[in-house]
Amino acid sequence: MSENARQDSSEQAEFRHYCRQWLASHKPEEPSVRLPLSPLEIMTEEQLSYLQGWQRSAYDAGLVGCDYPVAVGGGGRTDCQRIANDEMIAARTPFMPNVIGLGMAAPTVFHHAQEALKERLLPRLFSGEDIWCQGFSEPGAGSDLASVQTFAERKGDKWIINGHKVWTSLAHFAEWMILLLRTDRSHKYDGLSYFVVPIRAALGQGVTVQPLIKITGETGFNEVIFENLEVDDGYRLDELGKGWQVAMTTLLHERGAGELQTPRSGGMKSKATHSTNTANLIELARVTSRNGKPAADDPLIRDRIMQLVIREAGLGQNQRRARVSALQDHPARLLLQNKLLASEIAQAIGATAMEVEGASASLYLGDDNAPAGGQWPMAYMNSYGMTIAAGTSEVQRNILGERVLGLAKSK
Amino acid sequence: MTQPDNFGFGEEAALLKDSARKFFADNFTTDKLHRMVASDHRPERISACAWDRDLWQQMVKLGWASLAVPESAGGLAMPLAAVAGLAEELGRAAFPCPLLGSLNATYVLSACGSDGEAALTEIAEGLTATLAITNAEGSWGLADTGVDSTGGRLNGTAYFVQDARKVDRLLVSARTTKGLSLYWVATDAAGVTITPDAIVDLTRDQAHVIFENVQAQAVSNNGVAALSDAMPAIWTLLAADITGAAEWQLQATVEYAGTRQQFEHSLGFFQAVKHPLVDVMIQIDQCKSLVYNAACAFDTQPQRAAEFAHMAKGSASECAAFASSRSVQSHGGIGFTWECFIHLYFKRQKHSQLLWGDAAWHRAQLANIIIGTAA
Repeated sequence: MSENARQDSSEQAEFRHYCRQWLASHKPEEPSVRLPLSPLEIMTEEQLSYLQGWQRSAYDAGLVGCDYPVAVGGGGRTDCQRIANDEMIAARTPFMPNVIGLGMAAPTVFHHAQEALKERLLPRLFSGEDIWCQGFSEPGAGSDLASVQTFAERKGDKWIINGHKVWTSLAHFAEWMILLLRTDRSHKYDGLSYFVVPIRAALGQGVTVQPLIKITGETGFNEVIFENLEVDDGYRLDELGKGWQVAMTTLLHERGAGELQTPRSGGMKSKATHSTNTANLIELARVTSRNGKPAADDPLIRDRIMQLVIREAGLGQNQRRARVSALQDHPARLLLQNKLLASEIAQAIGATAMEVEGASASLYLGDDNAPAGGQWPMAYMNSYGMTIAAGTSEVQRNILGERVLGLAKSK
Repeated sequence: MTQPDNFGFGEEAALLKDSARKFFADNFTTDKLHRMVASDHRPERISACAWDRDLWQQMVKLGWASLAVPESAGGLAMPLAAVAGLAEELGRAAFPCPLLGSLNATYVLSACGSDGEAALTEIAEGLTATLAITNAEGSWGLADTGVDSTGGRLNGTAYFVQDARKVDRLLVSARTTKGLSLYWVATDAAGVTITPDAIVDLTRDQAHVIFENVQAQAVSNNGVAALSDAMPAIWTLLAADITGAAEWQLQATVEYAGTRQQFEHSLGFFQAVKHPLVDVMIQIDQCKSLVYNAACAFDTQPQRAAEFAHMAKGSASECAAFASSRSVQSHGGIGFTWECFIHLYFKRQKHSQLLWGDAAWHRAQLANIIIGTAA
């Protein structure tokens, strides 16, 4: 990380020093429970409470929400979240559980909510006390997000909400949901509005959360059904009919292209966690035997792995170049590629790992002989979550073609 | 050592890149390039070596040919990150000239110690050069020369010599009894015969150079070491040239896809056209990011320079192939003609793709560094 440190402002340098010192004595112990691959696969209260404990202590120490104003529970610093992120990742801390809250809800609330609501919601979001989830997709609204049908009908200063949301990660633990819905059926885009909704308080009283089982067999995401849920008008973000614009703020940050840096930690080495990267793929190829020799000696496998090494390094260097304005012709061109590239590279790494494993790739988590505990087939299957969620790869290519290259809008 | 966050691409580098872009835009349109190099379409044509010497002299006056020459030899000693910016703009303009050859020679001579100093001074004074280090097979192994040196005399043939007819000097590698030595030879020296190759690319010339009892002074007796030090810069600069040319291909194709109408829509409306063009953009960006990373490593982190340069040229060769393929295909029928400018860049890129190692060769070298040599 010292290469980053060289470019630090004096505030950043001082803060980096502080983070490093704090982390040296406050990195949490390894958990007694098996941790999932990512926050989106948290399945048990034990996992959640360990991870919440970590987020709380990081927030209390000032490593979360660094760039938000003090009034809303932030650190009031300038461009310091990425410093904290650098240091937390270098220290191999656990990841934070409130990933949707930090990455999507916080910037959306910050940009579009009334001051009093920000002051009420954001501190508990940053501390991880309130877990957040996202109510966007519906059975009939996937890539065509603006066709959502969940409807809020006005009743005085209240709204009555009916509808059905799907793929709702963390809803089973969430206090709050960011909710995109329809307040007017006659306009596709201008008929959308955006709310924050206290769903946990309304469980059994207009809100039902049911688990959806993923392709991997894991739980972690859900469907959420609204039946005559009553919500205050004070929970509406921005103006009536501006839901689509508010949703764009959420999506921009979800895709890593927003201006507010998401707090990020992670990298804790644990036998139960496993990263989909080429370093692990190379390790797998070294220990896997093929025709009596290490798979890492096979020229075709070496070539496949090097293709991935180059793509992975390219993404890392894109993120570095995105901060050097003299080496860019279009401001959003690199940022808008982030999610597409990260997800497709992870998928290709998972696919290649299974080929390296050969017949043993058939063995899953429950088999003692499974290489790497069966994590590679699981990572490969999970990668489709990433290439589908937050706008499919196909939608991402439309966005890049239209917004960056200026090609005509596709249908 | 580690790298600075901004690739060492500072204000001076940005200024150089911007002024190069403006220089080519003002002085050398693609239309002018086409008139200059594409007058003879016959497949049997002999390469004409058409280029704009006056414009090249202006570039020399601007100091671009001696950018990388150390200050001790009278040059500007700019970092490779800055030089790569110029190479990117050169590729975008596809300007035929001996800039890359002279830069390549500069990096090799700079790795030759004090024996290279006199030759570097010549480059600083405006003489041009190119590398003559490849054998008939086109092997990229650094010791694989087609020239022998006995008693200070060179005999044999160097192949695939880039822009040989545009330059004043050749940097020749030759086998000696002790290994590989490097020589600095005037193109008009007695016993040197430059025989042009008839090549596909219209924006370059290429030749094989025959040496018959050519008397020459060695600039290095440890040629493999000097070449090893310099090759990361050479790969990186060609990758930068490819990046700029690919961006031209992308922009030209996007413009066409925005205007050409079929089935009541512009071509870009159709995802079968749109998505591959996005993938071209993605490859360009990957390549460009890896180029500046490799350049910065050459400047500040030499122990990783080769590794990162293999990534850059490995990525660039794929990018050159893909951007070229999509540029012709997306243009449809007109893209298949001599009159459409697309073919100039298509041919330049196919040449660049294979020069100094194709993608698979660079990946094989990269694997040796990252995984280790296979048993």
